[in-house]
Amino acid sequence: MPGPFIDDAQIDRARTLAREITDPVFELIRRNTTVSTERTVLRLFGISGAGPRGVPLANLMADRLLAAGALGRGAAYWYGRVLRLGAKSPLDAVERLTSVPAEKLALLPPNEEAQLRDDVRAEARAAVGELKRRIAERDALKAELGLPPPPHKYVIVATGNIYDDVDQARAAAQAGADIIAVIRSTAQSLLDYVPHGATTEGYGGTYATQENFRIMREALDDESRKLGRYVQLTNYSSGLCMAEIAFCAAYERLDMLLNDAMYGILFRDINLRRTFIDQYFSRRICALAGIIINTGEDNYITTADAFDAAHTVIASQFINEAFAKRAGLKDAQLGIGHSYEIDPARPETLLLELSQAMLVRRCFPNAPLKYMPPTKHKETDIFFSHAYDVMADLVAVWTRQGIQLLGMMTEAMHTPLLADRYVALKAASYVHRAARGIDSEFTVREDGKIAERARFVFGNALKLLEECRADGMVAAIGKGRFGDVKRSETGGKGLDGVVEKAADYFNPFLEILEAQS
Amino acid sequence: MAKPGKQIIRPYGDRRDDGMVQLSFTLPVPLSEKAKEAAAQFVRKMGFSDVKVAASERAADSYTFFVVYARSGMYVDYSEIDVPEVVVKKLGFDDLNKLIEDQVGRKVVVLGACTGTDSHTVGIDAILNMKGFAGDYGLERYPWFEAHNLGSQVPNDELVRRAVATHADAVLVSQVVTQRDVHKDNARQFIEEAKKAGLYGKLSLLLGGPRVDHKLALELGFDAGFGAGTKPSDVANYIVHSLLKRLGKEPSGQHNPGEPQ
Repeated sequence: MPGPFIDDAQIDRARTLAREITDPVFELIRRNTTVSTERTVLRLFGISGAGPRGVPLANLMADRLLAAGALGRGAAYWYGRVLRLGAKSPLDAVERLTSVPAEKLALLPPNEEAQLRDDVRAEARAAVGELKRRIAERDALKAELGLPPPPHKYVIVATGNIYDDVDQARAAAQAGADIIAVIRSTAQSLLDYVPHGATTEGYGGTYATQENFRIMREALDDESRKLGRYVQLTNYSSGLCMAEIAFCAAYERLDMLLNDAMYGILFRDINLRRTFIDQYFSRRICALAGIIINTGEDNYITTADAFDAAHTVIASQFINEAFAKRAGLKDAQLGIGHSYEIDPARPETLLLELSQAMLVRRCFPNAPLKYMPPTKHKETDIFFSHAYDVMADLVAVWTRQGIQLLGMMTEAMHTPLLADRYVALKAASYVHRAARGIDSEFTVREDGKIAERARFVFGNALKLLEECRADGMVAAIGKGRFGDVKRSETGGKGLDGVVEKAADYFNPFLEILEAQS
Repeated sequence: MAKPGKQIIRPYGDRRDDGMVQLSFTLPVPLSEKAKEAAAQFVRKMGFSDVKVAASERAADSYTFFVVYARSGMYVDYSEIDVPEVVVKKLGFDDLNKLIEDQVGRKVVVLGACTGTDSHTVGIDAILNMKGFAGDYGLERYPWFEAHNLGSQVPNDELVRRAVATHADAVLVSQVVTQRDVHKDNARQFIEEAKKAGLYGKLSLLLGGPRVDHKLALELGFDAGFGAGTKPSDVANYIVHSLLKRLGKEPSGQHNPGEPQ
């Protein structure tokens, strides 16, 4: 790999700072839970159905507990209570719980309490066992069919109708796509529930539902067998239902998830506490399920300028990594995000983009990395746009990106046409084939522009990390240090779904997941 | 023979009036000689001649992608095309601030938001944020503008409420997502809300987005529409001049720079 550019000690320093910045946030995470975290617990127990008017049973139950002021003891505890009331099915359990008056929710005698917890723990172990069995199935197919060498070519489908998505995903796979992302319906991140069942109406994308995940993964399993190579599937674990989506994805054998510790706070104005708590449980599930997360630092430089704000990307990547490691994720699961976004009207942008991508590779040598294409300065001149994307293909293979989202020549116009994906895949396959090995053939001079720029950006990233450690994570976000967006601790959506844990809070899944690493 | 004054034009490939056009499209059939003939027939049916299917590629098992060159016999009379274009010189950053200071004497209040379910703030950010776009400062940078960027997914009624509360001079509605014409429905609903609140006609209502043009904005009930490539200074100039017109300080018929027509 070209150039160290930066001393190892400096990189260690950044990593230490990121740990110190994120440490205090774990105090918040330890002391609180959220409605969505508790709904995830219920889904882990198999409560995945919907009640009247399509409301997910997990929501009916969690909302009832929240209203009764009882959620702080954990949904798992109350799940155990309704089982003891003799519930015959999840729907029955929800009905029993929602019909019990609040005063009947008082504690049981101590021996019964202990027995209840033992019973629920046993059930949780069985549920995790089943989840692991499904994940092992996915891993076996992946091992049998194999993956091509990286960069893995990632394309998006976004029809709004899961069945049309399947057609487009199969076509993309046939044209050489390695990863299919089903983009979500606009504003799904702000829904405080996961919609139920197969969906055929969405705006700007398709609703992420457990059933939609199942339909798409099944189609891709079939297509993978036909093609003789494993095609991966990803979706979005972001917004108000991070952990629930992570569970649905793990259960339905997805391979990756977009999952960022701060994205919801900055770009969806979701409450900061809510996001930090939810991201932790969601990442614990990803860790267990061997799901590769994709972080969202590319977004910073669609709001802020990519040249000026390059260091915020690096600083955030260290912070995202620190959060991820604390949640048990391994290096191979860290699709650390960044992108090719510097204004192409500037001189030497290929050098600048190479510098940035090499710097990310240098800082995270064992992570797959997720490289995003240009979007902000995309033009509706599709011929220029295509040339612009091809430069990103070159940088991706040169800097050994694990995952490359391919740019679409019609980026600034409409959701990709079938042919747009084909053209992008054909070009990327050519560039990856043509330039493979270029990274080991060329040495980048330590006294040149690329190295100098990398040192400059890294130096500013270190300064920003020092500042975040001095001010604290919350204050740093409050000052707009990331993506030029300012958020307060008590602002944004979803704070009313944050609940302080009671002294006897019970979450057997968290116990199991935390014991894994 | 064209009448005097007519200006007949056709597409220019490599010589005048050759009518050369390039097309690309996908047909939902596997690649085959039959598929290529289908592509050629399709293009001929559109009225093209000299059809050359330059590329036919297997985009997927049952989809074929074509690149086609063909000639068109169609023409347009350029002299009959009527699209008014702005000719007056646009005021720069300092001059525009000075104009507000002298003629309005207070800060011009502007609210902007991506409304409804739209979460794509790229456009509204480019116009309002300090940084601006393509070297053109955003409205937040102007000392004589008080610009509020309310961000994404702002409900229409909330935007109207904020416009009333802040005594806004202009409201910018950004709509990026256009699937199933959701932008039009949402824009119309905003106008309804503005009418209900008695705001309509009392301030400038601007619609912006990559698929928005001035004509569409007028149809939907806005005062002006700004499409792709709009710079913050275009919007700033428009807002100031329309405010001056409302204040009776500029003739209502005057056309100003940056103003869509």
